[in-house]
Parts: sequence; C-alpha cells; structure tokens
Amino acid sequence: MKLELGYVNIHDIQFASESKVEKGVLYVNKEDIKNLVLEDENIKAVELEIAKPGESVRIMPVKDVIEPRCKVEGPGGMFPGVIAKVDTVGSGKTNVLKGSAVVTTGKIVAFQEGIIDMCGEGAKYTPFSALNNLVLVCEPIDNLERHEHEKSVRMAGLKTATFLGNLAKNITPDEVKVFETPGLKEGIEKYPNLPRVAYVQMLQSQGLMHDTYVYGVDAKRTLTTIMNPTEGMDGAILSGNCVSACDKNTTYHHLNNPVVADLFEQHGKTLNFVCMILTNENVYLADKQRSSDWTAKLCRLLDLDGAVVSQEGFGNPDTDLIMNCKKIELQGVKTVIITDEYAGQDGKSQSLADADPLADAVVTGGNANMVIHLPAMDKVIGYPETANIIAGGHEGSLNKDGSIDAELQVITGATNELGFNKLSAR
Amino acid sequence: MSKIKVVHYINQFFANIGGEEMADYKPEKRAGIVGPGLAFKNAFGEEAEIVATIICGDSYIGEHTKEAVAAVLEMVKEEKPDLFLAGPAFNAGRYGFACGEITKAVKKELGIPVLTGMYKENPGADAAKEVYIVPTKNSSAGMRDAVAKMAPLALKLAKGEQILSSAEDNYMPNGIRVNFFEKERGSKRAVDMMIKKLAGKEFTTEFPMPSFDRVAPNPAVKDMAHAKVALVTSGGIVPKGNPDHIESSSASHYGKYDIEGVMDLTADTYETAHGGYDPTYANEDADRVLPVDVMRDLEKEGVIGKLHRYFYTTVGNGTAVASAKKFAEEFSKELKADGVDAVILTST
Repeated sequence: MKLELGYVNIHDIQFASESKVEKGVLYVNKEDIKNLVLEDENIKAVELEIAKPGESVRIMPVKDVIEPRCKVEGPGGMFPGVIAKVDTVGSGKTNVLKGSAVVTTGKIVAFQEGIIDMCGEGAKYTPFSALNNLVLVCEPIDNLERHEHEKSVRMAGLKTATFLGNLAKNITPDEVKVFETPGLKEGIEKYPNLPRVAYVQMLQSQGLMHDTYVYGVDAKRTLTTIMNPTEGMDGAILSGNCVSACDKNTTYHHLNNPVVADLFEQHGKTLNFVCMILTNENVYLADKQRSSDWTAKLCRLLDLDGAVVSQEGFGNPDTDLIMNCKKIELQGVKTVIITDEYAGQDGKSQSLADADPLADAVVTGGNANMVIHLPAMDKVIGYPETANIIAGGHEGSLNKDGSIDAELQVITGATNELGFNKLSAR
Repeated sequence: MSKIKVVHYINQFFANIGGEEMADYKPEKRAGIVGPGLAFKNAFGEEAEIVATIICGDSYIGEHTKEAVAAVLEMVKEEKPDLFLAGPAFNAGRYGFACGEITKAVKKELGIPVLTGMYKENPGADAAKEVYIVPTKNSSAGMRDAVAKMAPLALKLAKGEQILSSAEDNYMPNGIRVNFFEKERGSKRAVDMMIKKLAGKEFTTEFPMPSFDRVAPNPAVKDMAHAKVALVTSGGIVPKGNPDHIESSSASHYGKYDIEGVMDLTADTYETAHGGYDPTYANEDADRVLPVDVMRDLEKEGVIGKLHRYFYTTVGNGTAVASAKKFAEEFSKELKADGVDAVILTST
C-alpha cells in the first residue's frame, strides 16, 4: 500500500471572515466552526480560542489534540468509520496542515486531563507548544452524562479538524513524502537479506473513558489484528481517552506515529517494515492473555525477526507490555519496548509494575513523577482550578500567583510511549 | 578561590611498589601525587590539587578490612580534603572491592564527597548504589578514558553541583532515575536499538529490568479438611494500640500474635498500623484484611482442619523488598516447625 503525504506548512493561524488556507496561514471563520460543533444538541455553547507558539498561554484541561488532514486522492476519507464512511484508507494522497492542530478542552473526568503551556518550562515537555492551535472550549448541556459528554467533545474535535483539513484539498503541498509497504511475499522477494520487523502498537482499552477506536470500533472489543502502517496516517486510529495526560496517545500522536515514521526511514535500508500489529490493553486477565497470545502468534505467523512494541498508559498496562514482550521473545522474535516510568518524585522507586529478564531492550520516555514548576501565564484557556485535581497534581498545586507545582504527569504528551519526544531517564 | 583539596587512594601495584608479592602492603600516606595521580593532576588543571596519596595492598585490605579502613580513614581525616578519589580499579577484583569499601566508609564516616571508577563487572561495583562509580574499560589501557570521565564528575561533586543523570555525568546507574533530554526522540532510539539487537551488536537498554524474585507455587494441599492453615498479612493488622510499634510505612519488623479463642476481630480489639490506605474500613472490622471470622467458620464447617494459633503481620507500605524477604525467611521456619500446611497471605 502506498500513500503520499503532502505537507502544507502552516506558520500562523488567525480568525477571519472566511475560512481558508493561504500562504501558510490558516484563517478560521468562527461561525463556520460554531455551526459545525453546535449541530450536536449535547453541546450548549462553544468558545473558540487561538494559542500560538511562544505566547503566554496555558490550555487546560486538554482532552485531545488533532491534526487537520484531508484525502486528496484515493479511497475513503479522514477518520473512517467515525467521520468518513468505513472504507480502507492509507493509499492515494493526503494533505496535512503541518504545524497546526485542533485542541479540545472540557471538564469531563476532571482528574485525568492535561496541560499545554505555549511558553516557559512546561512548553519544553509538550510537542503541542510548537503548533498553531485552534482551541475548542465546549460547554455541554446541563446534566449531560459523562460518557455522552466525552463523545460530544471527541466528535467536535474530529469534525473541526476535518473541516480545516478540507481547506487544503486543492493546495499544492510544500513537501511530499511517500510511504509504501509491499505485500508479504513481495517484501521477502524485494528485500531477501533484510530482517523483517513489525510495529506492535498497544492501544489503551481499559474502558471507562480509557478508549481507543480503530475504524470506529472500540479497541477493547477487538482481537489483535494487522494493518498497513499508512492507514493510521489517514485517521484509522483515534483517541477517546481521558487518562493521565503525559502518556496517553492523542489523535495527533496516532496520525503522526513516530515509530511508523522511523521504521519507514529504515525500510529497505536496514530492515523490512512488514506491517503494524494492533493489540489492546484490557483489564481482565483472560483478555490480557488472549491478546498477548494473539500478538505473539501473529509475530510468528508473519515470520518476523523483530518487533518494536509501544505502550499507552501505565500500571495495569505494564502487565500487557511485559506479557507481549515475553511471549514475542519466546517465539524467537526480538523485541524493543517503549514505556515510561513512575519511579516516585525522588526517582528511587520501582519504575514499572511488572518486569521480565526477556525485556532487555527498553526505551523510556522519562519519569512521570518528576516535580516541575509551571510559571503563571497571562492567559488561561479553560479551567485553571483543575490543577489541584488532575493526575499528577495535588490540593495546593495551583499557587495564588497562578503558577502550578505538580508532577510531569499533568503535561499532555510529556512522557509519550510512542517515543514522540526526546525526554528520557537513567 | 583556593584549589579543591583531593586525597587519592591507590593500590600497591599502581604505586609501583610491586605486584602480588607486595599485596600485603599496609596503608601508607605520601604527600602529593603518586602513579595515576599525575593523569588526574593534568585533568584537574588549576581547579584541584591532590594533596596526598594513600597506598594500601589489595590483600591487606581484603583480609584486614576493618583495620585497613580505620587506618585509611585516619589518614584522610588529617588532610581535611574536599574530595576523596579512589582508583580507577578497572577489572582488578580486590582493588575494586577496596575502592568500593573505602569510598563508602569515607562518605559515611567523614561526610566527604567520594568518587571511584572500575569496570562494570568488577565485584566492587556493587557499591554503585551507595557511591558514585565511573564505569571504565577492563584494563589499565583505559586509564586516559577513565580519567577524562572521572575528573569532571569529581570536580562537580567537590563543588556540590547538581549531579545529572548517569548517562550525562558518566556514572554507573545507582537506582535513582533522573530525567534528561536525549539527542534523538524515543522512537528513533527504539529503531536504532532494534537494528543493533537484530545484528547481534551490543546495545544498552535505557531501563535495566529489576530482578523480580518469582516463586513457583507449591503443589496444592490434598487434604484441606485436616490441614493446619495460618494467616499472614502485609495489611498491618495488629492488636489495638499496636503493641510492637510496627511502622506505618517502611516497616523494620513484623509482629506475631496469638488468636487462640479469637472468633472475630472487632473495632475494640484490632486495628491496622498501615499508612498506605484509608484505614476506616480496616479499623471498623479488621477481618476485612485478616479474615479470622471466615476462617473460624471454615474450621467449624470442617473445610479446613485448624486455623493456626498465631498470625504474622507487617506493613507492606514502602517496605523494602529486602526487609520483607528477611521477615518471611524467619517466620517461615516457625510456621514449618509448627506443622502449618498452608498459609493465606493477604495484602490491603
């Protein structure tokens, strides 16, 4: 399967009377977005804000971040099974509004959503401080049930991102990158001497707002399966998560999966990137056993030499990570796993909830318990008082001057387990 | 600012006194630099000065550790240095042991910053949890490299500067995890690690797996109706008032209590000492953590033979694995001697 990604570089975002993309500027007509979001009768009101790199702006609590993209050629549309109808995506041409994002906020679960600072200490830890963000502050109707609320905010973000993405449909991209993986037999014939490597992506599926969707299907109701790596670039996987901010994968992360990108970088040179294996992180032991058995089975069936395994979340999913790693290794397939750590504020505690000697190649996104000081910002989009209750904060995290003292956990994407960042620990 | 004063410890071999035949050499202090001190002197430049070198034979310190350490401590004390440096010992086992022991002692007894260096597989490297050790090559051919890494860290330690992660400041991982920014993003590091692993080349994991001591379960008890069953808990259930003062966190000991004739744990008689969970419900009814009432029912119904007369208890909260292991090794012997067939372990 072959996909051409056309990057339309966005260096500024502004409100305007007409929504359009022109000379690298994303112009947004507020009414266009409001009308779109308010189609959902569960949303009472929506405020639109802009947050640009370097501004003294804090966004919190952040639910999801989504990159605007659109299909230019080829079957299907963005976010198949959710926004577009179900159709296999990942081939043809897709345009990307590189450098921009839609950020959704709202108090849904309250303690499991994150912070994005556009400047200062906190900005170093989140990749989203470098983007031109359109922020949706959605106000639900009174007494809306939490799961409905989550769904409404999730859909508002996806619809907005799709609308903005479509603005770039007829624009000639600044840069084009081609991603292609061959069929199994074709790959073996083409690269007879290269090791066969797959990417095992563990999807957060613990339930109760710990959900990920694949072509619209709730991942906790899926069996481990395989996918072309380019399908994710067209929105085959999206986030419905309200989990700890630092190591949840936003939809932006799924669209720009760095493991996929870096395996493609080596594809045909040092390795043969065979496919993606998608597996879940359910809470029941039987599910964990079934899913990890299935992952190892597919690795063997595909005659892999190696598998890079990424995690999402921590604690309970540590057991899925170790089960996957161990079972894949026992099939004679070499693994590298990507995780993050909860080693305590002093860094002295056990980092993971599970371990195995076969997990001898680990990449870490850093210790999420590390305490940081986030200076006060001139403007806060959202609800600053949630600093006292979000995961990683404590009563008193929000100081009188508007600054925040909390664990790194509070920052959206800080210790990402797809290896999106440079942060690590030793 | 005056120069940082350094005392350097080396063995008889590096002092050019002799090899194995001189390994019984007793501690001796000489003014200024000896042997590898020269390389350190050059690396320190104007910032620090080795004021004295202490020499000791590897066999002597190995066989008379207490006396040798005491003698060296006295010599170090006389110099009132800002830093104590030992080695590097490379892969010399007894020298490595000496460097580990002596740096630990100087740090603990004199409160002076210490640094040593050795090969990662040197048995002396066990000291890495307590003192900073720079990993070196396995032979003295790696002296130049070792000094280049040790000297800057030594100066940082002497000046009391913040020590960064082990990967940045070149010391052996000491179990304390420190965040820092790598040059490449995580996914790139993972793919690079994969390529090395596939090619059978050496790679370094960013998080070495801790060794979890997994215990294989014993075969099932065949005849429960005649089995003597004991209760053991890390949930901190103790007689009211916590008579043995088991700590609420990081317990230093365990308790053994007689429950002969006790049919039910009540709010008046038992409570929890545990500080890691909401004690309300355990204090209301301690059977929720240590199910004596249910065990008595099972005893009456003939499902089990007998509930053991004593229960063992400690607090699991923040308690080191090493302590927990030590407790269990002790009381397991008693349980066996008392003819206990099965143990029910409860947590919180």
